[in-house]
Amino acid sequence: MVEHPARETQKDKRDFLKLILVGSSFAWLASIIYPVISYLKPPKQSEVVVKSVKAGKISDFANDSGTIIKFGSKPVLLIRNANGEFKAFSATCTHLDCTVQYRNDFGLIWCACHNGKYDLNGRNVSGPPPRPLEAFVVTLQGDDILIHKS
Amino acid sequence: MNKFSSRVYQWMDERFHLSDAIDFMKKKYVPVHRHSVWYYFGGVSLFLFIIQVVTGILLLMYYKSGEDQAFESIHFIMSKVQFGWLIRSIHSWAANLFILAAMIHMFSVYFERAYRKPRELTWFTGMLMFFVGLTFGFSGYLLPWNELAYFATKVGTDIAGVIPIIGEPMLYFLRGGEDVTGATLSRFFGLHVAVLPAVFTVLLGVHLLFVQIQGMSTPLHMQHLEEHEIKKMPFFPNFVLRDLLLWLIVLNILAILAVYFPWELGRKADPFMPAPAGIKPEWYFLFMFQTLKYIPGHVLFIDGELFGILMFGLGGLLWTMVPIWDRKSAEGKRNKTVTYFGLLIVIFIITLTIVGWLV
Ligand code: HEM
Ligand code: FES
Repeated sequence: MVEHPARETQKDKRDFLKLILVGSSFAWLASIIYPVISYLKPPKQSEVVVKSVKAGKISDFANDSGTIIKFGSKPVLLIRNANGEFKAFSATCTHLDCTVQYRNDFGLIWCACHNGKYDLNGRNVSGPPPRPLEAFVVTLQGDDILIHKS
Repeated sequence: MNKFSSRVYQWMDERFHLSDAIDFMKKKYVPVHRHSVWYYFGGVSLFLFIIQVVTGILLLMYYKSGEDQAFESIHFIMSKVQFGWLIRSIHSWAANLFILAAMIHMFSVYFERAYRKPRELTWFTGMLMFFVGLTFGFSGYLLPWNELAYFATKVGTDIAGVIPIIGEPMLYFLRGGEDVTGATLSRFFGLHVAVLPAVFTVLLGVHLLFVQIQGMSTPLHMQHLEEHEIKKMPFFPNFVLRDLLLWLIVLNILAILAVYFPWELGRKADPFMPAPAGIKPEWYFLFMFQTLKYIPGHVLFIDGELFGILMFGLGGLLWTMVPIWDRKSAEGKRNKTVTYFGLLIVIFIITLTIVGWLV
């Protein structure tokens, strides 16, 4: 084969230009895509950290009933059992994020979304929930009920 | 044609050569055989999409996005705006009929093997449109900000969060934050009325272009016939007129449903209320919802949900990729695997939908 030095350098040149072209196209694309993706990421908002809330007076809650209390932006389920004792759990189902309720006909905590059940200690006893509900601490201050993060 | 319209036609034809397009459509034939009815469902889906665009734009004139406005604005549309209840009811009913028509269209294309070479790309664009259609339904469902929609969206987006590594960022991306809030509503609204219509329209254009260029496929069992033995009718005007008649029928069905079974609004979403009993997603997600109920917390060593998603993902992928793995049909041979896989999926979907409906 006869060498064509001139043609060789031409080919090198062309390859080099191709590389520049492809490289800069990618850089150009990235300079558009990166800001757009970053824009779509919701910024972290500093929420007021709630450590405890006042749920109400003891007399507001009947025996054998459950009520959802606002704990900052999260729902907490406050249960008063048949003996009049209070317990509180995160009301967010550990399965897929639905809000649970106390069912006095079952004597259990129930999630309507996929029929998940928890006992009155928050333990997942039947259905798809994989973990127990997060427990909260209930203290009584005179007649007031306070709920704290444990 | 009367004088005026024929003069308009001539004026246009002189400049844009309309007759070329009409000649092209007249030369296009649609095969006539015992499965011909299925050819109409693509057209029905198209019609319903057009209805969605029109009624959707009308709803936009009064709809307000936002946690404390969305529900109220729809209540306003339904109670104060003249025919507002009708427009909303049509948009909701047509959304469901659209998904149904698109499903029938998709299954018929699958069982007829119409996706085989040379129509692979028509199938892929169709599948993409189908997924965009489901996203339309999912995002639109949240817009009234009622209780059912709120929990359906919580569950639906939480499922995305189960996927390892990308799940968490995806959940934030979808919800516009950690929880389903007004930020989620804004995102879904933008998606529903701007992003999805644009994407869908482009896909639809490409899909229809492919169909026009390639014409309708002939079923495998007719392939050995000679050209003159195949019964067929011209696309224009014969097939188009039949199409239009069916559109009219669909419009009537839609009107009956929308008037006699007006779409309900339900109760406003309240993040501090428990999920109501009997909560269910839209019927086209019901089979997946029902399956999730049966999967235990853990399968082997992985999370039950993750297992479910992997299975659905795999099934969907296999379904979408059928033109790639079904080589036999492209060669004109029968492929039983395709039929069995298709039947399995259809039976699975129908059974679980019925069970989900009943329990
Ligand atoms: C350009 C097209 C579209 C526009 C501008 C549009 C606009 C809207 C608007 C403003 C709403 C809120 C009002 C309401 O909820 O009644 C809505 C709701 C909804 N949209 Fe669309 N839409 C479009 C296409 C579609 C398509 C193709 C589907 C198909 C699945 C769909 C499904 C729904 C559903 C299920 C709702 C909830 C209905 C309800 O419960 O009220 N939309 N849409
Ligand atoms: S979200 Fe509670 S059981 Fe599924």
